[in-house]
Amino acid sequence: MKQQMTGAEIVLQSLVDQGVEVVFGYPGGAVLPIYDTLFKQNSIKHVLVRQEGGAIHAAEGYARSTGKVGVVLVTSGPGATNVVTGLTDAMMDSIPIVCITGQVPQHLIGSDAFQECDTTGITRPCTKHNYLVKDQNKLSSVLHEAFTIAQDGRPGPVLIDIPKDVQFAKGNYIEKEKIIIQSHRLFEPQIFKNDEKINEVVDLISKAKKPIFYIGGGCINSGPKASKLVSQFVEMTGAPATMTLMGLGVIGSSHANSLGMLGMHGMYEANMAMHECDVMINIGARFDDRVTGRLDAFSPNSKKIHIDIDESNINKTIKVDVPVVGDVKNILNKIIKTWQNRKLKTNSSDLKLWWDKINNWKKIDCLNFSNNEKEIKPQYAIQRLYELTKDKKTFITTEVGQHQMWAAQFYKFEKPNRWLTSGGLGTMGYGFPAAIGAQVANPDSLVIDIAGDASILMNIQEMSTAVQYRLPVKIFILNNEYMGMVRQWQELLHGGRYSESYTDSLPDFVKLAESYKAIGLRAKKPEELDDVINAMINTDKTVIADIWVSKEENCFPMIQSGSAHNEMVLSKDQKQDESSAEKGKILV
Amino acid sequence: MNKSVYDSPDNTAVSRRHILTVLVDNEPGVLARVIGMFSGRGYNIDSLNVAEVSNDEHLSRITIVTEGTSEVVNQIEKQLLRIVPVHSVSNLDEEGSSVEAEVALVNIDLNNSNKKKIYEVCDFYRARKIENENNSIIFEIAGASDRINRFIKEVNQITKIEIVRSGPVAISTYKSTKED
Repeated sequence: MKQQMTGAEIVLQSLVDQGVEVVFGYPGGAVLPIYDTLFKQNSIKHVLVRQEGGAIHAAEGYARSTGKVGVVLVTSGPGATNVVTGLTDAMMDSIPIVCITGQVPQHLIGSDAFQECDTTGITRPCTKHNYLVKDQNKLSSVLHEAFTIAQDGRPGPVLIDIPKDVQFAKGNYIEKEKIIIQSHRLFEPQIFKNDEKINEVVDLISKAKKPIFYIGGGCINSGPKASKLVSQFVEMTGAPATMTLMGLGVIGSSHANSLGMLGMHGMYEANMAMHECDVMINIGARFDDRVTGRLDAFSPNSKKIHIDIDESNINKTIKVDVPVVGDVKNILNKIIKTWQNRKLKTNSSDLKLWWDKINNWKKIDCLNFSNNEKEIKPQYAIQRLYELTKDKKTFITTEVGQHQMWAAQFYKFEKPNRWLTSGGLGTMGYGFPAAIGAQVANPDSLVIDIAGDASILMNIQEMSTAVQYRLPVKIFILNNEYMGMVRQWQELLHGGRYSESYTDSLPDFVKLAESYKAIGLRAKKPEELDDVINAMINTDKTVIADIWVSKEENCFPMIQSGSAHNEMVLSKDQKQDESSAEKGKILV
Repeated sequence: MNKSVYDSPDNTAVSRRHILTVLVDNEPGVLARVIGMFSGRGYNIDSLNVAEVSNDEHLSRITIVTEGTSEVVNQIEKQLLRIVPVHSVSNLDEEGSSVEAEVALVNIDLNNSNKKKIYEVCDFYRARKIENENNSIIFEIAGASDRINRFIKEVNQITKIEIVRSGPVAISTYKSTKED
């Protein structure tokens, strides 16, 4: 007869079976049996955060920097509600997460018991799937299925709610290998449907005069091999390629074919090329509103190819001509083989004309900013940070706002999985805990959270976590005493009325760091910047670097809300035309 | 194509009624997932019907009547397929490709002056009287939704009634009934 285990032991055994090394969590009444089991074992490391919201962002950082599943363990009630933001973030950015929550014992469910909430009800729309496990004998199959679903197809967060009595009850453990998941519960590869599409794809590309690759986060989720294949195919065609915020790093910034990021704060040449192209090859991106700008003027004259693993992304906002549903690396493999077998080529004279046009747009030098010696420009701060860290294995996380966009514009990414930012949900407070997760996964690498003064305060309590686990995370704050992006929108769209966007009474970040026994550094003038950055990266301690930057700098170039790709604003002095501005005001 | 915060490039498509039939694992929360997707993404449900159809396989069939352009309904179908316990989604859309029926129960305020007329109407529409312990006058009518609409309209012109309707269920007329 099989040896019986408690529910809590089954949970731990399942995690071990799944190869989990680290769990990010916070204990509480309804998960005590699992924490007790955790205490008695040595195979899984637990990182104690200071608020559950930190746990799930840390798990996201862990997942994104490694490609593995991030695991979270929190209690019922407030423990569960505190992870809702992170679950939604992981849902929007397709990050594989397994989140285990404790629940009050079954006989108390529905009685408004202490720390009870309807966790599966609350998290249903912000998870890929969730479970309330009422039978300890089903725990192992649910856990193993959860890990599969979190990584399968388009990845996402999965939550498992376990009542306390189920954690205590004895039941049978079933090994991972013996679990059979019904096929309809998983992504179904549509290889046969796609084969004819592949020929359509290569035909369109080979005949294109002005092609462009539009590359998204799906290429990163598909694994490092996908990024290699994408770069390879881009080179084979000689076409330009632009990346979304989520896709940075798929093709190296220094790659000759890379036009950098596109979209609201993307490169002028990338947006203009998207507008004027005749064939667009979308690989793993989803025509997000930050990318497309006004839909009725989005790339009006192009044939659009869309490769996506999630069929619901096809024709969701932009109608495409050739949809291909599947995993990027499989599809790209087929495309490359077909391209080679049929000995296809793009027309080099057409492409030369196209590149000439693009090179002319490049001459605008859209990232140009007026540097000076009196104050540190935020763009300059990122440029220096890049120059002084580019030779190390560096992971960059960000919070959300101006600093995030400057980081995307001025830090150059050469590899996938090195850039961790909250794209879809735009979660302030994401970057620091995500950096903790990335540092846990990559203890010998340099992990920097590029932050703003407002965002960093949203999860500043995690300083305690970073210091406890001796994680040498670097927080690089572009401090302008404003919620910079809010202020920028108020300046551009609301008559400069800075309603509640000035952050008064900021802490002294240097003393704050010191109070956690971390290192606090400050740069007020451009000439201090390099020393501060060098001091920051040359210590094995947690650091807050408080960089005082010019207060009212705006992030340009910009496609303002309601405008199209070819209506980019390059500086403050250039006004959006009034009718688009009025329409744009109501948009996000 | 009107699901973005940005202007829609195409507002000319025609919006019309669609019947979706969704085969799901009969597990806790599955109905909430389906209707939550509709409300969360701003789609309409005109009527909804759910019942277990296979006891041993724990399968339920959800029939949803919704309204939208073909693009919107297409998107609804794809969003439904993302839900883990959903097996299949069919749009019983094509003319003549499906049969639909619904049931209505009608409690009629009957008296000597309207009795004859009411029975005539009920006879015409083949509404069946259901005996009950309180001796109230309850009729059951089954069939196509518009037939039930006409029946209700006629009885309503005669007297006050109370109605419950199941909303339509529908099935494809193609011979292969095997799902998956």
